[in-house]
Amino acid sequence: MAARIGVVLFPGSNCEHDAVEAVRTLGGDAEVLWHGDDDLKGVDGVIVPGGFAHGDYLRPGAIARFSPVMQSVQAFAADGGPVVGICNGFQVLTEAGMLPGALQKNAGLKFLCRMATLRVETTDSVLTAAVEQGAELRVPVNHFEGNYTCDAETLAMLQAEDRVVVRYVENVNGSIDDIAGVCNEGRNVVGLMPHPERACDDLLGSSDGAPLLRSLLESASRARV
Amino acid sequence: MRFDVQVETRPRAGIADPEGSTIERSLPALGFEGIHDVRVGKSFRFHVDAADEAAAKALVDDVCARFLTNPVIEDSTITVTEGSTV
Repeated sequence: MAARIGVVLFPGSNCEHDAVEAVRTLGGDAEVLWHGDDDLKGVDGVIVPGGFAHGDYLRPGAIARFSPVMQSVQAFAADGGPVVGICNGFQVLTEAGMLPGALQKNAGLKFLCRMATLRVETTDSVLTAAVEQGAELRVPVNHFEGNYTCDAETLAMLQAEDRVVVRYVENVNGSIDDIAGVCNEGRNVVGLMPHPERACDDLLGSSDGAPLLRSLLESASRARV
Repeated sequence: MRFDVQVETRPRAGIADPEGSTIERSLPALGFEGIHDVRVGKSFRFHVDAADEAAAKALVDDVCARFLTNPVIEDSTITVTEGSTV
C-alpha cells in the first residue's frame, strides 16, 4: 500500500495542491489536513506546505503554530513520524520550536523567485535518505523571509551533529553558513526553504525535487511498519 | 485596573538585521552622514486589565515570550503604565 501523506492547510497556505500533486505523481496517497482539526487521519507522514499562513501577520508561522493541527503534528513528530516543512512550513516548524533557528528577511530585502542549486549534505534524514551525499539538485525558491539564522552555539551544534541537510551552492538569501534546510535531533523533522514539490516534473524546469519527496514517501512507509 | 502597555522588539545582539543594514547602506546615498548601527524593530501598544501592576507585567511578559517576540532572534522592552492614555 502506498504511503499516505497529510498536507496541512492553513488559511493562506498556497502550495498544498502542488504538494498533493507531487506526492500522487510519485506514487503516494495524499490528503489535505485542515488546520482547525487536530485529527491527522492516520497518515504516515506530514508535509507543512508553503504560502502565507494566517497572512504571515506578526511573523511568518507565529500564529500558525497555535493551530489545533500543530499539536497533533508535534505529537506525531515526537513519536518519530516524518514531517517536512517547505518554505512557510519551515517557518512554522521553527516558530513551533520543532526545528532550531529562525528565518529572517532576505539579505538585500529582495523577494526571490528563481531556481537555486542545493547540495545534499547528509543522507541521514527523512528528506534525503534516498539521495546521494553531495548530489546537486536544481530546486526553485520563492520567498522573502528565507534567510536562516541562529546563534553561534546552535550553528556549532548543527554542524557537529551533521544536521544541515541541504546548503545553497550559491547563497541566494544571506543564510548563515549557506543553510537551505536543517533537521531535528531525531532526523525525522526537516525544514527547507526551496520547493521540491515544484520540481517533480521536467515540464516544470526540473525534476530534481522528486528524489527528495521519494525519500519522504519511503520514510513514511517505513514509519508505518 | 487598566494599564497602558508598550512593547518594543528589536533583533538580538549578534543577530544580523537585513532591514537595518539595507537602510544604513542607503543613508550616504541620500546625503545623511554619521548614522551607524541601524536596527529595525516593532512597537506594540495595547491595554491590559489586571489586579495590579505586577500582575499586568507578568501577563505581558508571558505574551511577549510566547507570542509577540521570537526569542531566538528578538529582544524586547516592556513598559507598563497605570491608566489609559490612548
